[in-house]
Amino acid sequence: MIKLVNIHRNFQVGEQTVHALNDINLEITDAEYVSIMGPSGSGKSTLLNLLGLLDRPTSGQYFLNNTNVTDLDETEQALMRNKSIGFVFQTFHLVPRLTAAENIELPLVLAGIPEQQRKDRVAAALDSLDLSNRADHKPEQLSGGQRQRVAIARATISRPSVLLADEPTGNLDQKSGLNVIEILEALNHKGITLIMVTHDESLGARSTRSIRMLDGRIESDTVPGK
Amino acid sequence: MLLTRDAIKFSWQALTANTTRTFLMLLAMSIGVGSVVILTSLGEGARNYVTAEFSALGTNLVIVIPGRSETSGGNPATMMGVTERDLTINDAVALTRNPDVLRIAPLNIGAAEVSWQGRKREITIQGSSHELLKLRQWKMSQGKFLPKMDLERAKSVCVIGNKVRNEIFGAHSALGQWMRIGDRRYRVIGILDSEGQSLGIDIGDTVIIPVASAQSLFNVPSLFRIFVEVKTRAAIPEVITFIKETLRERHQGVEDVTVITQDAVLATFDRILGALTYAVGGIAAISLAVAGILIMNVMLVTVSQRTSEIGLLKSLGASEQNILMLILIEAVLLSTLGAILGFILGQLGSWAIRSAFPVLPAYAPLWATFASLFVAMLTGVLFSLLPAKKAARLNPVDALMRH
Repeated sequence: MIKLVNIHRNFQVGEQTVHALNDINLEITDAEYVSIMGPSGSGKSTLLNLLGLLDRPTSGQYFLNNTNVTDLDETEQALMRNKSIGFVFQTFHLVPRLTAAENIELPLVLAGIPEQQRKDRVAAALDSLDLSNRADHKPEQLSGGQRQRVAIARATISRPSVLLADEPTGNLDQKSGLNVIEILEALNHKGITLIMVTHDESLGARSTRSIRMLDGRIESDTVPGK
Repeated sequence: MLLTRDAIKFSWQALTANTTRTFLMLLAMSIGVGSVVILTSLGEGARNYVTAEFSALGTNLVIVIPGRSETSGGNPATMMGVTERDLTINDAVALTRNPDVLRIAPLNIGAAEVSWQGRKREITIQGSSHELLKLRQWKMSQGKFLPKMDLERAKSVCVIGNKVRNEIFGAHSALGQWMRIGDRRYRVIGILDSEGQSLGIDIGDTVIIPVASAQSLFNVPSLFRIFVEVKTRAAIPEVITFIKETLRERHQGVEDVTVITQDAVLATFDRILGALTYAVGGIAAISLAVAGILIMNVMLVTVSQRTSEIGLLKSLGASEQNILMLILIEAVLLSTLGAILGFILGQLGSWAIRSAFPVLPAYAPLWATFASLFVAMLTGVLFSLLPAKKAARLNPVDALMRH
């Protein structure tokens, strides 16, 4: 469960203070499917980074699974990112020198999980995403869709409660984009909270809750199709 | 928590992924360590060489040289225009009167043409006595050394070195032959076994005749040196005083000799060459520091090249400490490998020096080897701390946004 209370995030740009997030109050329950939409500079990426503990609010409180994570120190936040949060990026962010399997394994390596256990979990993840025959390929040998599937496998290998996706189909053709969305939705059906930033109206329409942002504020919070 | 084994594997993969960078850093590090090892082995080799040269003279040795090495004024003898007196055979004999003196050997040196049945050679001739053999710790291969006799007696006998024997007599037996030295004839009574150099003279390439014979051969009344071997090391200072006083008395109150001890000479050379070893080691250490700075530069470039990777690792749950550890392990791996390569390079280098100059025992001192290995690893880590800290503090959002 996610709860944001009076969140502000200011950036100093030269002499000016930019209110990237301006008094955000938001509650997202487990297994929700939320899309965040809005024009460039509306604060949607800042919100996603904050939810992913990559950024700290200037003021306000952030509760993740009933823990006030704004109080945690750097190491505790790192642990939280490792255990409870998965990221999927527009540009995949795979480590080029590592194979698909090694990329997927990274969160488990950082968590210090023993090797045999890691191998089993990576094999299962590869299998479920139809990547078993690509395990030993380097990212450059994979198609865009395959790369994003590897990234999804990596984001979910630690069994997080929240999956954050930043324009996950932005660099993909329509067919593999759709495939990626279906995978993310299937994960959501199994109980993961899916929060996705997108420009694409048709993608936004698929979610069960659509948040629109403008100038650092939540402009609307609706259920699509109603 | 990230396991050390996995961290090492991850860093190793990062190293092997960029071979050019890794190769350049290894090269810098190994040249640094290698030059310390090679240069200190040269310095140490020179020191050992000189030490061995002087030890070959024998132990507890005092050397008397005619003439004074220090300037002195107000000496009445000098004022009256009296020149230095020669060091004579009688002076040498007088020095045996001290109970602490074990043996003495006078020495005269000259060059003369040596011939036998038409074979001729210009050879260094040493005029000395029976005692020289023990004093110099030489060995005989055939026959006997100069006989024990009155130093004033000029007997026509000679002892020759190995090389002289081979070149003058060839396949013939040398013992008992009459050999011509200059315009006189001497009977060969012994052949030296020893090899190598002694005070710049090749022992194999010399002829030794009684000191009185040498004086008449070269027509010089004075001696070149008097070697005095003292019974114990502790007695050396007393013996030196005795020598100076005895010779001053015999030379009408003028102190016109210089007395040096082998120890003093040895200690001086030892000090000079030891300092030389430190100096060249220090110069070589500069290349180690340069290697360290190079490592820092390359690591800084690495960090900025891998910004997005570091951001990604953070998003996957790597703490600042994890990132710091990964970068430092990379630096430690690099500098350890570089140090090992440098060590091998240095050993090969000093081996090459030993092969090229067999007289020079060019072995790197242990302290220099260990110090350079240690310093290499230390610089590797120290100079990577800054880049590693920079990496650890990267803002993950900025890092992920940059492509």
